[in-house]
Amino acid sequence: MDALAAGSSPVHALCPLAKLFATIIYIVVVVSFGKYDLAGLVPMVLWPVLLFEISGIPVRTCFHKLRFVLPLVLAVGLFNPLFDRAPYLALGGITISGGAVSMVTLMSKGTFCLMASFLLMATTRIDALCAALRRLHVPGIFLTLLLLTYRYVGVMTEEVAIMTDAYKLRAPGQKGVHYTAWGSFLGQLLLRSMDRAEELYAAMRLRGFHDHFHYAEAAPCTAKDAVYLVICIAAFLLLRFVNVAALLGSLLVR
Amino acid sequence: MIAFQNVSFSYEKERPVLQNLSFSIGDGEAVGLIGANGAGKSTVMKVLLGLLPCEGKVLVDGIEVGHGTLYEIRRKLGFVLQNSDHQMFMPTVYEDMIFGPLNYGASRAEAEAHADAALAQLGIPALKHRHNHKLSGGEKRMAAIATILAMQPEAILMDEPTAALDPYNRRLVINIIRSLNQTKLITSHDLDMIRDTCSRVILLSGGTIAADGDAETILRDRALLEANRMELPLSLQ
Ligand SMILES: Nc1ncnc2c1ncn2[C@@H]1O[C@H](COP(=O)(O)OP(=O)(O)O)[C@@H](O)[C@H]1O
Ligand SMILES: [Mg+2]
Repeated sequence: MDALAAGSSPVHALCPLAKLFATIIYIVVVVSFGKYDLAGLVPMVLWPVLLFEISGIPVRTCFHKLRFVLPLVLAVGLFNPLFDRAPYLALGGITISGGAVSMVTLMSKGTFCLMASFLLMATTRIDALCAALRRLHVPGIFLTLLLLTYRYVGVMTEEVAIMTDAYKLRAPGQKGVHYTAWGSFLGQLLLRSMDRAEELYAAMRLRGFHDHFHYAEAAPCTAKDAVYLVICIAAFLLLRFVNVAALLGSLLVR
Repeated sequence: MIAFQNVSFSYEKERPVLQNLSFSIGDGEAVGLIGANGAGKSTVMKVLLGLLPCEGKVLVDGIEVGHGTLYEIRRKLGFVLQNSDHQMFMPTVYEDMIFGPLNYGASRAEAEAHADAALAQLGIPALKHRHNHKLSGGEKRMAAIATILAMQPEAILMDEPTAALDPYNRRLVINIIRSLNQTKLITSHDLDMIRDTCSRVILLSGGTIAADGDAETILRDRALLEANRMELPLSLQ
Protein backbone atom coordinates (compact mmCIF):
# COMPACT_ATOMS: atom_id res chain seq x y z
CA MET A 1 0.00 0.00 0.00
CA ASP A 2 2.77 2.39 0.97
CA ALA A 3 4.50 1.50 -2.26
CA LEU A 4 1.40 2.30 -4.31
CA ALA A 5 0.93 5.56 -2.43
CA ALA A 6 4.50 6.59 -3.21
CA GLY A 7 3.75 6.60 -6.94
CA SER A 8 3.69 9.72 -9.04
CA SER A 9 0.68 10.67 -11.12
CA PRO A 10 -1.59 13.70 -11.31
CA VAL A 11 -3.83 12.01 -8.73
CA HIS A 12 -0.93 11.34 -6.35
CA ALA A 13 0.12 14.96 -6.67
CA LEU A 14 -3.20 16.36 -5.48
CA CYS A 15 -3.30 17.71 -1.96
CA PRO A 16 -4.42 15.04 0.53
CA LEU A 17 -7.22 17.16 1.95
CA ALA A 18 -8.86 17.69 -1.44
CA LYS A 19 -8.76 13.96 -2.04
CA LEU A 20 -10.06 13.18 1.42
CA PHE A 21 -13.03 15.53 1.05
CA ALA A 22 -13.80 14.35 -2.47
CA THR A 23 -13.83 10.77 -1.18
CA ILE A 24 -16.06 11.56 1.78
CA ILE A 25 -18.53 13.48 -0.39
CA TYR A 26 -18.49 10.68 -2.94
CA ILE A 27 -19.35 8.13 -0.27
CA VAL A 28 -22.12 10.31 1.15
CA VAL A 29 -23.62 10.80 -2.30
CA VAL A 30 -23.41 7.09 -3.15
CA VAL A 31 -25.05 6.10 0.10
CA SER A 32 -27.83 8.65 -0.40
CA PHE A 33 -29.23 6.95 -3.50
CA GLY A 34 -32.62 5.30 -2.93
CA LYS A 35 -32.59 1.57 -2.50
CA TYR A 36 -34.31 0.91 -5.85
CA ASP A 37 -32.41 3.59 -7.74
CA LEU A 38 -29.96 1.24 -9.39
CA ALA A 39 -30.10 3.07 -12.70
CA GLY A 40 -29.11 6.33 -11.04
CA LEU A 41 -26.38 4.71 -8.97
CA VAL A 42 -24.52 2.85 -11.67
CA PRO A 43 -23.03 5.92 -13.43
CA MET A 44 -21.34 6.82 -10.12
CA VAL A 45 -18.81 4.08 -10.82
CA LEU A 46 -17.32 6.32 -13.48
CA TRP A 47 -15.53 8.52 -10.94
CA PRO A 48 -13.36 5.85 -9.27
CA VAL A 49 -12.76 4.07 -12.56
CA LEU A 50 -11.64 7.30 -14.21
CA LEU A 51 -9.28 8.12 -11.34
CA PHE A 52 -7.84 4.60 -11.26
CA GLU A 53 -7.13 5.09 -14.95
CA ILE A 54 -5.41 8.44 -14.42
CA SER A 55 -3.41 7.31 -11.40
CA GLY A 56 -2.06 4.30 -13.29
CA ILE A 57 -3.29 1.82 -10.68
CA PRO A 58 -5.17 -1.05 -12.32
CA VAL A 59 -8.70 -1.55 -10.96
CA ARG A 60 -7.71 -5.21 -10.81
CA THR A 61 -5.20 -4.40 -8.04
CA CYS A 62 -7.98 -2.88 -5.99
CA PHE A 63 -10.16 -5.98 -6.18
CA HIS A 64 -7.21 -8.24 -5.59
CA LYS A 65 -6.18 -6.39 -2.44
CA LEU A 66 -9.73 -6.19 -1.19
CA ARG A 67 -10.61 -9.81 -1.94
CA PHE A 68 -11.06 -10.60 1.76
CA VAL A 69 -13.25 -7.59 2.52
CA LEU A 70 -15.42 -7.61 -0.57
CA PRO A 71 -17.41 -10.78 0.29
CA LEU A 72 -18.41 -9.20 3.61
CA VAL A 73 -19.72 -6.13 1.85
CA LEU A 74 -21.56 -8.24 -0.68
CA ALA A 75 -23.05 -10.45 2.04
CA VAL A 76 -24.85 -7.44 3.50
CA GLY A 77 -27.38 -7.31 0.67
CA LEU A 78 -27.84 -11.05 0.38
CA PHE A 79 -31.05 -11.37 2.37
CA ASN A 80 -32.96 -8.58 0.72
CA PRO A 81 -34.59 -10.81 -1.93
CA LEU A 82 -36.04 -12.98 0.87
CA PHE A 83 -37.67 -10.12 2.72
CA ASP A 84 -38.82 -7.95 -0.14
CA ARG A 85 -40.71 -10.06 -2.66
CA ALA A 86 -43.03 -7.44 -4.04
CA PRO A 87 -42.72 -7.36 -7.82
CA TYR A 88 -40.78 -4.30 -8.88
CA LEU A 89 -40.71 -4.47 -12.62
CA ALA A 90 -41.40 -7.00 -15.30
CA LEU A 91 -38.97 -7.56 -18.13
CA GLY A 92 -40.49 -9.56 -20.95
CA GLY A 93 -42.38 -12.01 -18.80
CA ILE A 94 -39.76 -12.25 -15.98
CA THR A 95 -40.82 -10.44 -12.85
CA ILE A 96 -38.02 -8.90 -10.83
CA SER A 97 -38.78 -8.39 -7.17
CA GLY A 98 -37.94 -5.22 -5.27
CA GLY A 99 -35.62 -7.28 -3.08
CA ALA A 100 -33.46 -8.31 -6.03
CA VAL A 101 -33.07 -4.73 -7.15
CA SER A 102 -32.26 -3.45 -3.69
CA MET A 103 -29.77 -6.27 -3.21
CA VAL A 104 -27.85 -5.28 -6.30
CA THR A 105 -28.08 -1.61 -5.32
CA LEU A 106 -26.73 -2.27 -1.86
CA MET A 107 -23.89 -4.41 -3.18
CA SER A 108 -22.98 -1.76 -5.73
CA LYS A 109 -22.98 0.93 -3.07
CA GLY A 110 -20.64 -1.12 -0.91
CA THR A 111 -18.33 -1.90 -3.79
CA PHE A 112 -18.20 1.71 -5.01
CA CYS A 113 -17.40 3.00 -1.53
CA LEU A 114 -14.64 0.42 -1.15
CA MET A 115 -13.19 1.40 -4.50
CA ALA A 116 -13.20 5.07 -3.55
CA SER A 117 -11.58 4.40 -0.17
CA PHE A 118 -8.97 2.18 -1.73
CA LEU A 119 -8.23 4.85 -4.30
CA LEU A 120 -7.64 7.38 -1.56
CA MET A 121 -5.30 5.09 0.36
CA ALA A 122 -3.47 4.01 -2.78
CA THR A 123 -2.77 7.53 -3.98
CA THR A 124 -2.16 9.29 -0.68
CA ARG A 125 0.61 8.65 1.80
CA ILE A 126 -0.81 8.04 5.22
CA ASP A 127 1.50 10.50 6.93
CA ALA A 128 0.71 13.18 4.35
CA LEU A 129 -2.94 12.64 5.17
CA CYS A 130 -2.22 12.87 8.88
CA ALA A 131 -0.20 16.03 8.38
CA ALA A 132 -3.07 17.56 6.45
CA LEU A 133 -5.57 16.62 9.15
CA ARG A 134 -3.19 18.04 11.74
CA ARG A 135 -3.40 21.38 9.97
CA LEU A 136 -7.18 21.21 10.37
CA HIS A 137 -6.52 20.92 14.12
CA VAL A 138 -7.68 17.33 14.40
CA PRO A 139 -6.30 16.24 17.80
CA GLY A 140 -2.91 14.55 17.55
CA ILE A 141 -3.99 11.54 19.57
CA PHE A 142 -6.56 10.57 16.90
CA LEU A 143 -3.96 10.83 14.18
CA THR A 144 -1.49 8.74 16.15
CA LEU A 145 -4.20 6.13 16.61
CA LEU A 146 -4.99 6.27 12.91
CA LEU A 147 -1.36 5.87 11.96
CA LEU A 148 -0.66 3.08 14.43
CA THR A 149 -3.79 1.21 13.34
CA TYR A 150 -2.67 1.53 9.77
CA ARG A 151 0.76 0.14 10.59
CA TYR A 152 -0.64 -2.66 12.73
CA VAL A 153 -3.06 -3.72 10.02
CA GLY A 154 0.03 -4.11 7.85
CA VAL A 155 1.68 -6.24 10.52
CA MET A 156 -1.42 -8.41 10.79
CA THR A 157 -1.77 -9.01 7.08
CA GLU A 158 1.89 -9.94 6.93
CA GLU A 159 1.40 -12.49 9.72
CA VAL A 160 -1.67 -13.87 7.92
CA ALA A 161 0.40 -14.34 4.79
CA ILE A 162 3.23 -16.07 6.68
CA MET A 163 0.83 -18.37 8.53
CA THR A 164 -1.27 -19.32 5.50
CA ASP A 165 1.91 -20.14 3.60
CA ALA A 166 3.16 -22.29 6.47
CA TYR A 167 -0.25 -23.97 6.66
CA LYS A 168 -0.48 -24.64 2.93
CA LEU A 169 2.94 -26.23 2.80
CA ARG A 170 1.84 -28.88 5.25
CA ALA A 171 -1.73 -29.25 3.97
CA PRO A 172 -1.35 -29.95 0.28
CA GLY A 173 -4.49 -30.03 -1.81
CA GLN A 174 -6.59 -28.06 0.66
CA LYS A 175 -8.37 -24.94 -0.41
CA GLY A 176 -7.87 -22.31 2.25
CA VAL A 177 -7.61 -23.12 5.93
CA HIS A 178 -9.85 -25.98 7.05
CA TYR A 179 -12.56 -24.80 9.46
CA THR A 180 -11.35 -27.15 12.21
CA ALA A 181 -8.15 -25.10 12.34
CA TRP A 182 -9.79 -21.66 12.35
CA GLY A 183 -9.84 -21.37 16.13
CA SER A 184 -6.17 -22.00 16.71
CA PHE A 185 -5.27 -20.09 13.56
CA LEU A 186 -7.07 -16.97 14.76
CA GLY A 187 -5.71 -17.32 18.28
CA GLN A 188 -2.15 -17.68 17.02
CA LEU A 189 -2.63 -14.79 14.64
CA LEU A 190 -3.75 -12.52 17.46
CA LEU A 191 -0.94 -13.58 19.77
CA ARG A 192 1.68 -13.23 17.09
CA SER A 193 0.52 -9.87 15.85
CA MET A 194 0.25 -8.63 19.41
CA ASP A 195 3.81 -9.74 20.12
CA ARG A 196 5.04 -8.08 17.00
CA ALA A 197 3.03 -4.95 17.58
CA GLU A 198 4.39 -4.76 21.10
CA GLU A 199 7.97 -5.11 19.95
CA LEU A 200 7.37 -2.56 17.21
CA TYR A 201 5.96 -0.13 19.72
CA ALA A 202 8.97 -0.74 21.98
CA ALA A 203 11.25 -0.03 19.04
CA MET A 204 9.45 3.28 18.56
CA ARG A 205 9.71 4.25 22.20
CA LEU A 206 13.40 3.35 22.21
CA ARG A 207 13.86 6.01 19.59
CA GLY A 208 12.20 8.67 21.67
CA PHE A 209 8.60 8.32 20.44
CA HIS A 210 6.24 10.03 22.89
CA ASP A 211 2.75 10.51 21.64
CA HIS A 212 2.92 12.30 18.38
CA PHE A 213 4.58 11.81 15.04
CA HIS A 214 6.64 14.38 13.23
CA TYR A 215 4.88 14.44 9.92
CA ALA A 216 6.55 15.59 6.76
CA GLU A 217 5.28 18.95 5.63
CA ALA A 218 2.67 18.12 3.02
CA ALA A 219 2.46 20.35 -0.01
CA PRO A 220 -0.14 23.03 0.76
CA CYS A 221 -3.41 23.00 -1.13
CA THR A 222 -3.36 25.13 -4.26
CA ALA A 223 -5.88 26.46 -6.73
CA LYS A 224 -5.50 23.25 -8.70
CA ASP A 225 -6.71 21.23 -5.74
CA ALA A 226 -9.67 23.52 -5.22
CA VAL A 227 -10.62 23.16 -8.88
CA TYR A 228 -10.39 19.39 -8.57
CA LEU A 229 -12.66 19.40 -5.53
CA VAL A 230 -15.22 21.70 -7.18
CA ILE A 231 -15.31 19.58 -10.32
CA CYS A 232 -15.76 16.43 -8.26
CA ILE A 233 -18.61 17.89 -6.24
CA ALA A 234 -20.29 19.25 -9.37
CA ALA A 235 -20.02 15.86 -11.04
CA PHE A 236 -21.38 14.02 -8.02
CA LEU A 237 -24.35 16.37 -7.72
CA LEU A 238 -25.03 16.09 -11.42
CA LEU A 239 -25.01 12.31 -11.22
CA ARG A 240 -27.15 12.40 -8.11
CA PHE A 241 -29.90 14.75 -9.15
CA VAL A 242 -29.99 14.44 -12.91
CA ASN A 243 -31.00 11.11 -14.29
CA VAL A 244 -28.02 10.69 -16.57
CA ALA A 245 -29.08 7.34 -17.94
CA ALA A 246 -32.45 8.72 -18.98
CA LEU A 247 -30.84 11.86 -20.36
CA LEU A 248 -28.41 9.91 -22.52
CA GLY A 249 -31.22 7.63 -23.61
CA SER A 250 -33.45 10.49 -24.69
CA LEU A 251 -30.56 12.14 -26.54
CA LEU A 252 -29.90 8.95 -28.46
CA VAL A 253 -33.54 8.38 -29.26
CA ARG A 254 -33.90 11.87 -30.60
CA MET B 1 28.96 4.04 31.20
CA ILE B 2 26.71 1.08 32.09
CA ALA B 3 26.36 -0.52 35.53
CA PHE B 4 24.15 -3.33 36.85
CA GLN B 5 23.93 -3.56 40.64
CA ASN B 6 22.29 -6.69 42.07
CA VAL B 7 19.73 -6.86 39.31
CA SER B 8 17.09 -9.60 39.39
CA PHE B 9 14.18 -10.13 37.07
CA SER B 10 11.53 -12.75 36.31
CA TYR B 11 8.75 -12.87 33.74
CA GLU B 12 6.76 -15.28 35.87
CA LYS B 13 7.12 -15.66 39.64
CA GLU B 14 8.91 -18.82 40.71
CA ARG B 15 11.09 -18.78 37.57
CA PRO B 16 13.83 -16.14 37.87
CA VAL B 17 15.47 -15.20 34.57
CA LEU B 18 18.15 -12.85 35.92
CA GLN B 19 19.50 -13.44 39.40
CA ASN B 20 21.46 -10.86 41.29
CA LEU B 21 23.45 -9.66 38.30
CA SER B 22 26.28 -7.16 38.84
CA PHE B 23 28.74 -5.85 36.29
CA SER B 24 29.85 -2.56 34.82
CA ILE B 25 31.04 -1.48 31.40
CA GLY B 26 33.39 1.46 30.91
CA ASP B 27 33.33 4.15 28.22
CA GLY B 28 34.45 2.83 24.85
CA GLU B 29 34.58 -0.79 25.93
CA ALA B 30 33.42 -3.52 23.53
CA VAL B 31 31.73 -6.28 25.49
CA GLY B 32 30.28 -9.52 24.21
CA LEU B 33 27.40 -10.99 26.18
CA ILE B 34 27.37 -14.69 25.39
CA GLY B 35 25.32 -17.64 26.52
CA ALA B 36 23.13 -20.45 25.24
CA ASN B 37 19.58 -19.91 23.99
CA GLY B 38 17.41 -18.81 26.89
CA ALA B 39 20.36 -17.76 29.07
CA GLY B 40 18.80 -14.31 29.47
CA LYS B 41 20.89 -12.21 27.05
CA SER B 42 17.96 -10.41 25.43
CA THR B 43 16.42 -9.89 28.85
CA VAL B 44 19.57 -8.07 30.03
CA MET B 45 19.22 -5.71 27.07
CA LYS B 46 15.55 -5.04 27.75
CA VAL B 47 16.19 -4.37 31.43
CA LEU B 48 18.99 -1.99 30.52
CA LEU B 49 16.70 -0.08 28.16
CA GLY B 50 13.96 0.15 30.75
CA LEU B 51 11.58 -2.03 28.76
CA LEU B 52 11.26 -4.44 31.69
CA PRO B 53 11.02 -3.39 35.35
CA CYS B 54 13.58 -5.10 37.56
CA GLU B 55 14.77 -5.36 41.12
CA GLY B 56 18.12 -3.74 41.86
CA LYS B 57 19.75 -0.77 40.16
CA VAL B 58 20.70 -0.16 36.54
CA LEU B 59 22.78 2.95 35.85
CA VAL B 60 23.64 4.58 32.55
CA ASP B 61 26.21 7.36 32.81
CA GLY B 62 25.35 7.55 36.50
CA ILE B 63 21.64 8.03 35.79
CA GLU B 64 19.37 5.37 37.23
CA VAL B 65 17.07 3.72 34.73
CA GLY B 66 13.53 4.47 35.87
CA HIS B 67 10.30 6.10 34.85
CA GLY B 68 11.46 9.68 34.70
CA THR B 69 14.79 9.02 33.00
CA LEU B 70 13.84 6.78 30.07
CA TYR B 71 13.79 9.52 27.45
CA GLU B 72 17.30 10.63 28.42
CA ILE B 73 18.68 7.10 28.75
CA ARG B 74 17.34 5.93 25.43
CA ARG B 75 18.97 8.83 23.70
CA LYS B 76 22.33 7.55 24.94
CA LEU B 77 21.67 3.91 24.05
CA GLY B 78 21.06 2.80 20.49
CA PHE B 79 19.49 -0.65 20.37
CA VAL B 80 19.58 -2.80 17.25
CA LEU B 81 16.83 -5.39 17.64
CA GLN B 82 17.40 -9.03 16.79
CA ASN B 83 14.63 -8.93 14.22
CA SER B 84 14.99 -5.99 11.84
CA ASP B 85 11.38 -6.45 10.69
CA HIS B 86 10.29 -5.44 14.15
CA GLN B 87 12.61 -2.48 14.22
CA MET B 88 11.64 -0.71 11.03
CA PHE B 89 8.10 0.56 10.86
CA MET B 90 8.15 3.49 8.47
CA PRO B 91 7.61 2.91 4.75
CA THR B 92 11.13 3.79 3.60
CA VAL B 93 14.62 3.49 5.05
CA TYR B 94 15.06 7.25 5.06
CA GLU B 95 11.85 7.93 6.95
CA ASP B 96 12.82 5.33 9.49
CA MET B 97 16.21 6.96 9.89
CA ILE B 98 14.89 10.45 10.62
CA PHE B 99 12.22 9.14 13.01
CA GLY B 100 14.56 8.98 16.01
CA PRO B 101 16.36 12.31 15.51
CA LEU B 102 13.04 14.11 14.98
CA ASN B 103 11.72 12.71 18.25
CA TYR B 104 14.82 14.08 19.92
CA GLY B 105 14.17 17.56 18.65
CA ALA B 106 16.37 17.71 15.54
CA SER B 107 15.08 19.75 12.62
CA ARG B 108 14.26 17.95 9.39
CA ALA B 109 17.49 19.22 7.80
CA GLU B 110 19.61 18.10 10.75
CA ALA B 111 17.89 14.73 10.80
CA GLU B 112 18.54 14.27 7.10
CA ALA B 113 22.19 15.21 7.59
CA HIS B 114 22.51 12.58 10.35
CA ALA B 115 20.80 10.03 8.13
CA ASP B 116 23.07 10.77 5.18
CA ALA B 117 26.16 10.55 7.38
CA ALA B 118 25.09 7.18 8.75
CA LEU B 119 24.32 5.84 5.27
CA ALA B 120 27.70 7.00 4.05
CA GLN B 121 29.48 5.49 7.04
CA LEU B 122 27.92 2.11 6.28
CA GLY B 123 28.42 2.47 2.54
CA ILE B 124 24.72 2.09 1.74
CA PRO B 125 23.55 5.45 0.37
CA ALA B 126 21.73 3.48 -2.35
CA LEU B 127 19.27 2.14 0.22
CA LYS B 128 18.09 5.59 1.28
CA HIS B 129 14.80 5.69 -0.60
CA ARG B 130 14.13 1.97 -0.75
CA HIS B 131 11.01 0.50 0.79
CA ASN B 132 11.65 -1.39 4.01
CA HIS B 133 9.55 -4.39 3.15
CA LYS B 134 11.33 -4.89 -0.14
CA LEU B 135 14.85 -5.18 1.30
CA SER B 136 16.76 -8.46 1.54
CA GLY B 137 17.73 -9.81 4.95
CA GLY B 138 21.24 -8.39 4.76
CA GLU B 139 20.09 -5.00 3.51
CA LYS B 140 17.48 -4.86 6.28
CA ARG B 141 20.10 -5.47 8.94
CA MET B 142 22.34 -2.75 7.50
CA ALA B 143 19.43 -0.34 7.32
CA ALA B 144 18.45 -1.15 10.91
CA ILE B 145 21.99 -0.38 12.07
CA ALA B 146 21.87 2.84 10.06
CA THR B 147 18.65 3.98 11.77
CA ILE B 148 20.39 3.57 15.11
CA LEU B 149 23.60 5.33 14.04
CA ALA B 150 21.53 8.27 12.78
CA MET B 151 20.52 8.88 16.39
CA GLN B 152 24.18 9.36 17.32
CA PRO B 153 24.02 7.24 20.46
CA GLU B 154 26.87 7.08 22.98
CA ALA B 155 26.59 3.33 23.28
CA ILE B 156 25.34 0.73 20.85
CA LEU B 157 23.53 -2.41 21.92
CA MET B 158 23.05 -5.21 19.44
CA ASP B 159 21.02 -8.37 19.96
CA GLU B 160 22.40 -11.20 17.82
CA PRO B 161 23.48 -8.90 14.99
CA THR B 162 24.71 -11.72 12.77
CA ALA B 163 21.79 -14.11 13.26
CA ALA B 164 20.31 -15.26 9.94
CA LEU B 165 22.90 -13.50 7.77
CA ASP B 166 24.85 -15.15 4.97
CA PRO B 167 28.67 -15.24 5.29
CA TYR B 168 29.16 -12.16 3.14
CA ASN B 169 26.70 -10.00 5.07
CA ARG B 170 27.92 -11.43 8.35
CA ARG B 171 31.44 -10.27 7.50
CA LEU B 172 30.09 -6.88 6.47
CA VAL B 173 28.32 -6.45 9.81
CA ILE B 174 31.41 -7.56 11.71
CA ASN B 175 33.51 -4.97 9.93
CA ILE B 176 30.95 -2.30 10.71
CA ILE B 177 30.87 -3.22 14.39
CA ARG B 178 34.67 -3.06 14.49
CA SER B 179 34.65 0.38 12.91
CA LEU B 180 32.27 1.89 15.49
CA ASN B 181 33.94 3.91 18.23
CA GLN B 182 31.04 3.93 20.67
CA THR B 183 30.73 1.74 23.73
CA LYS B 184 29.39 -1.60 22.51
CA LEU B 185 27.40 -4.37 24.13
CA ILE B 186 26.73 -7.27 21.79
CA THR B 187 24.83 -10.45 22.54
CA SER B 188 25.39 -13.55 20.50
CA HIS B 189 26.19 -17.22 20.45
CA ASP B 190 28.24 -16.60 17.30
CA LEU B 191 31.50 -16.77 19.25
CA ASP B 192 33.66 -16.16 16.19
CA MET B 193 31.92 -12.84 15.66
CA ILE B 194 32.35 -11.97 19.35
CA ARG B 195 36.03 -12.85 19.11
CA ASP B 196 36.38 -10.51 16.11
CA THR B 197 34.57 -7.60 17.69
CA CYS B 198 34.93 -7.65 21.47
CA SER B 199 37.84 -7.45 23.87
CA ARG B 200 35.83 -8.49 26.90
CA VAL B 201 33.24 -11.23 27.34
CA ILE B 202 30.52 -11.81 29.91
CA LEU B 203 29.25 -15.38 29.95
CA LEU B 204 25.67 -15.68 31.09
CA SER B 205 24.25 -18.98 32.27
CA GLY B 206 20.85 -19.50 33.85
CA GLY B 207 20.57 -15.82 34.65
CA THR B 208 23.87 -15.53 36.49
CA ILE B 209 27.36 -14.55 35.37
CA ALA B 210 29.44 -17.67 34.85
CA ALA B 211 32.50 -15.76 33.71
CA ASP B 212 33.54 -12.18 33.01
CA GLY B 213 36.91 -11.18 31.61
CA ASP B 214 39.31 -11.03 28.71
CA ALA B 215 37.70 -12.34 25.51
CA GLU B 216 40.66 -14.47 24.39
CA THR B 217 40.91 -16.21 27.76
CA ILE B 218 37.24 -17.09 28.02
CA LEU B 219 36.78 -18.02 24.37
CA ARG B 220 39.73 -20.45 24.58
CA ASP B 221 38.36 -22.17 27.69
CA ARG B 222 36.83 -25.28 26.18
CA ALA B 223 35.68 -26.77 29.49
CA LEU B 224 33.96 -23.55 30.57
CA LEU B 225 32.17 -23.11 27.24
CA GLU B 226 31.02 -26.71 27.02
CA ALA B 227 29.74 -26.63 30.60
CA ASN B 228 27.54 -23.76 29.43
CA ARG B 229 26.19 -25.39 26.26
CA MET B 230 28.58 -23.70 23.82
CA GLU B 231 31.53 -24.69 21.68
CA LEU B 232 34.96 -23.21 21.02
CA PRO B 233 34.90 -20.62 18.22
CA LEU B 234 35.64 -22.29 14.86
CA SER B 235 38.73 -20.13 14.50
CA LEU B 236 40.18 -21.76 17.63
CA GLN B 237 39.26 -25.37 16.93
N1 LIG C 1 7.88 -12.70 27.29
C1 LIG C 1 8.33 -13.72 28.04
N2 LIG C 1 7.53 -14.32 28.95
C2 LIG C 1 7.97 -15.36 29.70
N3 LIG C 1 9.21 -15.85 29.63
C3 LIG C 1 10.06 -15.31 28.75
C4 LIG C 1 9.67 -14.22 27.92
N4 LIG C 1 10.73 -13.88 27.14
C5 LIG C 1 11.73 -14.71 27.50
N5 LIG C 1 11.34 -15.57 28.46
C6 LIG C 1 12.17 -16.60 29.11
O1 LIG C 1 13.29 -15.95 29.69
C7 LIG C 1 14.46 -16.71 29.50
C8 LIG C 1 15.55 -15.84 28.87
O2 LIG C 1 15.13 -15.38 27.60
P1 LIG C 1 16.04 -14.48 26.67
O3 LIG C 1 16.54 -13.35 27.46
O4 LIG C 1 15.25 -14.16 25.46
O5 LIG C 1 17.23 -15.47 26.31
P2 LIG C 1 18.37 -15.30 25.20
O6 LIG C 1 18.23 -14.00 24.55
O7 LIG C 1 19.64 -15.46 25.98
O8 LIG C 1 18.21 -16.46 24.26
C9 LIG C 1 14.08 -17.89 28.65
O9 LIG C 1 14.01 -19.03 29.50
C10 LIG C 1 12.73 -17.57 28.10
O10 LIG C 1 11.95 -18.72 28.03
MG1 LIG D 1 17.81 -13.45 22.59
